[in-house]
Amino acid sequence: MATSIDDAIERQTHTRLGRIVGQQAFWVFVAAMLACLALSLLTDTFATPQNLFNVTRNFAFVGIMALGMTVVIISGGIDLSVGSVLCLSAMVLAITMHAGYPLWLGCAAAIAASLVVGFINGVLIAYVRIPSFVVTLGMLSVARSAAMVLSQNKMIFQFGPDEKLLFWLGGGSTFGIAHPVIILVVLAIVTGLMLKWTRWGCHVFAIGSNEKAAVLTGIGVRRLKVSVFMFSSLMAGIAGVLEAGWLGGVTTNLGQSMELSVIAATVIGGANLMGGAGTVFGSVVGAALIEVIRNSLTLLGISTFWQGMFVGSFIVLAVAFDRIRASRDSEN
Amino acid sequence: MSALRLEGVSKHFGAIHALNDVSMALAPGEVVGLMGDNGAGKSTLVKIIAGNYHPTHGKIFIKERETTFHKPVEARQHGIEIVYQDLALCDNLSAAVNVFLGRELTRSIGPLKILDYSAMNAAAARLFKELRSETRPKDFVRSMSGGQRQAVAIARTRLSAADIVLMDEPTAAISVRQVAEVLNLIRELKKHGIAVILISHRMPDVFAVADRIIVLRRGTKVADKQVSTTSPQEITGLITGAIEHA
Repeated sequence: MATSIDDAIERQTHTRLGRIVGQQAFWVFVAAMLACLALSLLTDTFATPQNLFNVTRNFAFVGIMALGMTVVIISGGIDLSVGSVLCLSAMVLAITMHAGYPLWLGCAAAIAASLVVGFINGVLIAYVRIPSFVVTLGMLSVARSAAMVLSQNKMIFQFGPDEKLLFWLGGGSTFGIAHPVIILVVLAIVTGLMLKWTRWGCHVFAIGSNEKAAVLTGIGVRRLKVSVFMFSSLMAGIAGVLEAGWLGGVTTNLGQSMELSVIAATVIGGANLMGGAGTVFGSVVGAALIEVIRNSLTLLGISTFWQGMFVGSFIVLAVAFDRIRASRDSEN
Repeated sequence: MSALRLEGVSKHFGAIHALNDVSMALAPGEVVGLMGDNGAGKSTLVKIIAGNYHPTHGKIFIKERETTFHKPVEARQHGIEIVYQDLALCDNLSAAVNVFLGRELTRSIGPLKILDYSAMNAAAARLFKELRSETRPKDFVRSMSGGQRQAVAIARTRLSAADIVLMDEPTAAISVRQVAEVLNLIRELKKHGIAVILISHRMPDVFAVADRIIVLRRGTKVADKQVSTTSPQEITGLITGAIEHA
């Protein structure tokens, strides 16, 4: 009897491979790889260093923001304000540097502005208990308006003494890899490790799954929620700084409706809008897949008007695929 | 020495007397079935013991020392753990992480503190073995049976080395085979000298594991009997009021 219980407890239900194959992120990764392979064979323009450089750089901004969105969605919330935060961050950076201050001060001001926005979001959601959808929908409007007020709705394209440094940061490359891509990879690894190996990450999954249980176990749920929304805004703020450096100019319509691409990437990557599930890897791959689809349509000479239809269908398809798989699992 | 003793506990909500002058004692390793119809005051009594409510009158003694709770956390610090009816587990986390949720084990890598999964898995496996439950620490709670979920919830209480465990309807929503599993879990707690208060509507379950049965009716204790000296018929009569007092 004692040995049989030992055996039963020791036995593994899922192998490591089984767990990986069971994830939506894995299948989205396979889809992205197949798309790349097909494009390499069908066109001679896709697998060129220049095109790959552009593709990776293009999705890096959405990818960085998707890291923050992943954490928010795992915790059971949503952040619609990220596109506006990106704009506000870029604008604060531009104004500070335009006034002759150095890059580091511009970055500090931009990141600080983003964190303030995230803090306000978090406090309204966690302490005043307004749904995150409503709070961040309001902030979507407020943050963009703030960028307009700050800049008098003018475009800024002169960044003072550190201009070259900023352009290098956002638009440059090292070892042939665009800087935003390097930063995306570093941030993705850090975020992934935080979610898996820290108490903070564990608690983010817990509140997304069963907030009441998390409260009962004594987790500081409200503070945790504030930190989650600050993290999302921080990622949007970093993306804003990089995007300003890449574009070489900041306008107040920067990042407009970008939140939708970010949410799409996260959802394609397997994050559950009901909370409790999502992976960093999936979200980055989701962002990559959207960009590959966009790029392939261009390369194949299909009108860009079709882009929305392909990307939109893929969002629904990826989630539908996961639902079918999940329902088959529960029948077994 | 009693693990828990209530003396003349009452709770009034305005003009409503939810609980009237209830006294009871609970010895270590004793399982007491708390029964009564809906609105009899069971949940009010449990909430007072758990620290959610403050009694209007009366005293609470833990190990013969008078104690007052202002928050559930304080009750927990005094060794009282509650297994909630809906179990309060996170489906998307493993059994081991659920057991340790809120008090995770960590180890240091330089200045960083990271979760120590292998230690948590090993400790959870020990607890499940102690409870004689076939529950695997690495499995997600999502895919577990009702009995295994109870094991996870009960392992949580073992982790904190609780002396008193309150269980709210643990057998209400699970299959017959799993009920047997849960009753065995309660017997294991008893063996470890833990006092258990079992709130249940299911007469056979209470008679199967309880040493003593306390019946509440309209906020008053109407019976406090050893299981061997009573019968399901008598208890039913006491709950409904067909028998006035015992």
